Amino acid sequence: MARDYPKQTVRSAASRRVLERAAGLAEGLESLARKPVRSWRSKGFPYRAPSVPRGVEVPPKPSTLGADFDTDFARGPGSRFVRRLLVAGPVTAMVQFLARPKVEGADRLTDLANNESIGGVIFAPNHHSHLDTPLMVTAVPKPWRDRLVVAAAADYFFDKRVKGTLAALTLNAIPIDRETTSRKSSDELRRLLTRDWSLVIYPEGGRSPDGWGQEFKAGAAYLSAKTGAPVVPVFIDGTGAIFGKGMKRPKRGHTRVVFGAPLFPDENENTRRFNDRIERAVTLLGDESSTDFWTARRRAASGNATPLTGPDYTGWRRQWALYEHRKVGVAGQRRRQKRRWPDLGN
Amino acid sequence: MPRPGFVLEVDRSTPPILFWRGENFSLEKLPADRSRVIYAPEPHKVIDDIDGAINHALLNPVDMDPLPTLLVPGMKLTIAFDDISLPLPKMTRPDIRQRIIEAVLDMAAEAGVDDVHIIAALALHRRMTEDELRHQLGDRIYDAFAPRGMLYQHDAEDPDNLALLGETAHGEEVEINKRAAESDLLVYVNINLVAMDGGWKSTATGLASYRSLRHHHNTHTMQNSRSFMDAHKSELHKSNWRMGEVMRKHGPKIFQIETTVNNDTFPKPFDFLAKREWEWNGRDRAKFVAAKAGLNRTPPRMARNIFHGIEAPHNMTSIQCGEVEAVHRLTTENVWKQQLVEVQGQTDILTMGIPFICPYNVNSIMNPILVMCTGLGYFFNLYRGKPLVREGGVVIMTHPTTNEFHPVHHPSYIDFFEQVLTETTVPHELEARFEKQFAQDDWYRHLYRTSYAYHGVHPFYMWYWGSHGLQHCGKVIIVGGDAPTVHRLGFTPASTLNDALEIASDVVGRSPTITHLHTPPLMVADVK
Repeated sequence: MARDYPKQTVRSAASRRVLERAAGLAEGLESLARKPVRSWRSKGFPYRAPSVPRGVEVPPKPSTLGADFDTDFARGPGSRFVRRLLVAGPVTAMVQFLARPKVEGADRLTDLANNESIGGVIFAPNHHSHLDTPLMVTAVPKPWRDRLVVAAAADYFFDKRVKGTLAALTLNAIPIDRETTSRKSSDELRRLLTRDWSLVIYPEGGRSPDGWGQEFKAGAAYLSAKTGAPVVPVFIDGTGAIFGKGMKRPKRGHTRVVFGAPLFPDENENTRRFNDRIERAVTLLGDESSTDFWTARRRAASGNATPLTGPDYTGWRRQWALYEHRKVGVAGQRRRQKRRWPDLGN
Repeated sequence: MPRPGFVLEVDRSTPPILFWRGENFSLEKLPADRSRVIYAPEPHKVIDDIDGAINHALLNPVDMDPLPTLLVPGMKLTIAFDDISLPLPKMTRPDIRQRIIEAVLDMAAEAGVDDVHIIAALALHRRMTEDELRHQLGDRIYDAFAPRGMLYQHDAEDPDNLALLGETAHGEEVEINKRAAESDLLVYVNINLVAMDGGWKSTATGLASYRSLRHHHNTHTMQNSRSFMDAHKSELHKSNWRMGEVMRKHGPKIFQIETTVNNDTFPKPFDFLAKREWEWNGRDRAKFVAAKAGLNRTPPRMARNIFHGIEAPHNMTSIQCGEVEAVHRLTTENVWKQQLVEVQGQTDILTMGIPFICPYNVNSIMNPILVMCTGLGYFFNLYRGKPLVREGGVVIMTHPTTNEFHPVHHPSYIDFFEQVLTETTVPHELEARFEKQFAQDDWYRHLYRTSYAYHGVHPFYMWYWGSHGLQHCGKVIIVGGDAPTVHRLGFTPASTLNDALEIASDVVGRSPTITHLHTPPLMVADVK
């Protein structure tokens, strides 16, 4: 049976003339450029790259991408001014539009802000989304906001020059190796902390793959132990549902950023134990965020708090438990209360 | 190093001195060579690591075991805290009470204590609003406890929730909040703004009923307290301490937490108000001129909102916990360190500018009765040793003293002004004739319990508070006060300070000595 194919459209005479003229113009330009290109090609070294003698091995060029990306320019006065404008304008507007954040617990940092002997501070939030960094950059309290660097995955944010430059300029991102322990990254972060720059570092090392948290790596604890900088545990709630790992486009929602009391490494406390303490603090804040201050503390003390990394089981039960965990539960009483009238009898 | 308090002898080169006038202020020239001005010591340094200091204090109390050892699963724990009358002005968030109670709750949670109640110890003061409670305790505590009914305000008129613990040897009944009385441990969190705060007064007054309070809030006690700030000479203090003995024998175990704050009273741009006038720089003078011009043109209600919106930068200078009396001795020493100014001899005329705030009009109106209480009750009593003004001398206050009352906060004050002060201003007389009627009035009781009203008897207490000053002074003059209102209080109105000095000359002669109390910031004159 014959099919009805759509008929070929026939170009009009006018459009054909336009195409002919364009082709003629391109030909003219090519003929004009041909001569200077030929003469340049005829010139050798030093106008062209040198040829490599046989038997000689040229050392590879040092990489300028990934963990080697140089971000010093982003901390110069010009870049800081531009970043301040960007953060106060488009970044804040975007965060407010997408995430409508509620910031809590900043009062716990009052002493830290008033203590002039403390310079850099390490903020250690959980990590669910690319939105976490813009959220942190706008939520971190004022004394630290203007001198804040963000540790960003070198293999993701700094794999291309344009991407890396943008990340460094807008968020003051600094590349950090996720897979290998790079001395260069840690030395750079230590150098910045001792120069009173504060740092946002995600101890989980990457975004959550399934909505639950991941085990903390000891980067924040190590840096704190080496520099004496306090670690501020932070819990970010809600960004996973807005732009979690695997989502193609963001979906508007509500978020909460809860700052905890600063932690200092105790004397004789090794990095692993301090890291455990940071993880417990973030877990407690997470519980506080979904229940309330008192319930969270009692559950933590009795060992009944849900771990940040979720239950041990896998598959659908894990997702099911996540749904249950996200329900507001007893904190449904968080609404403003009606006036409680005393019973005056009859 | 903060400078100590200072007494300035006024001479011809002394600039005009700042006088508060409610929600405004003025500069007044004091007569040279016979006037002096008392300035408060500069603010002491606050503790750098406040949370660390709180934890250290809770773990190292005075004459008691560390708090964690007193907390056991299954116990009844009650935490009581001072109400909105302290500190003044309110402090910037986070309030000290929030920090301390959070630390106590951390320890309670760790110990497995489930039954915790948090009670605002407000005695006969008005209930606090949700916003005021959130300011004091923070959102975390409020959200965790208020919705479950575990954070509430003491009700001194709730017969079902009061417990009679016994009587003192003087026949004073000790009746306090039942939940607090029946707790295994009562943790009291206090802020000591002045030396008379704290100690047994925290529990014996803050958590008491009218039946109990009337034993020390009366004319006899107030007139025999010389002054309230000096524990050894204060009848009010002695009565509270007697009640404390009863509580020690028959009441709950009390873990007292007392704190002191420095006198850093005004944030920018109002910081010039605490400076010595000859140290005002160009910016301070410009701020004064701008503020004065602005306030002269600002409606009173708006000016009130501006001033009551001030959050003072004062913060904690010390914290001590443990046994009530031992703790209070340390606290009082720390208060003296910040506030004491040595002054030689008494004066014929004491001048004072009455500011916009006193303990009983936070977020409210400074009504005429509170003007009297602030001047003669509080500022007059800011002494140790002898009163600043000699017996028979004159007190001159500056305040607009308008006939204006907050109808929600101070309903019984309105009737007190209209019905009682028109009959008599003599404390003994109005106490005998009218107090019972106001104290037992069902409508005032209802408003106190269910609205945001001070108790019906509260204006009487304010009047008694100033009774020692009234008894001591030959004349009281209010500069800039509304004449009919000032007359109703039994005082003399004057248009200007010079007029007031002229009026005072009838009592103290033509060239009296004058002392000006440059407060706030708060201080206590140690009169030798």
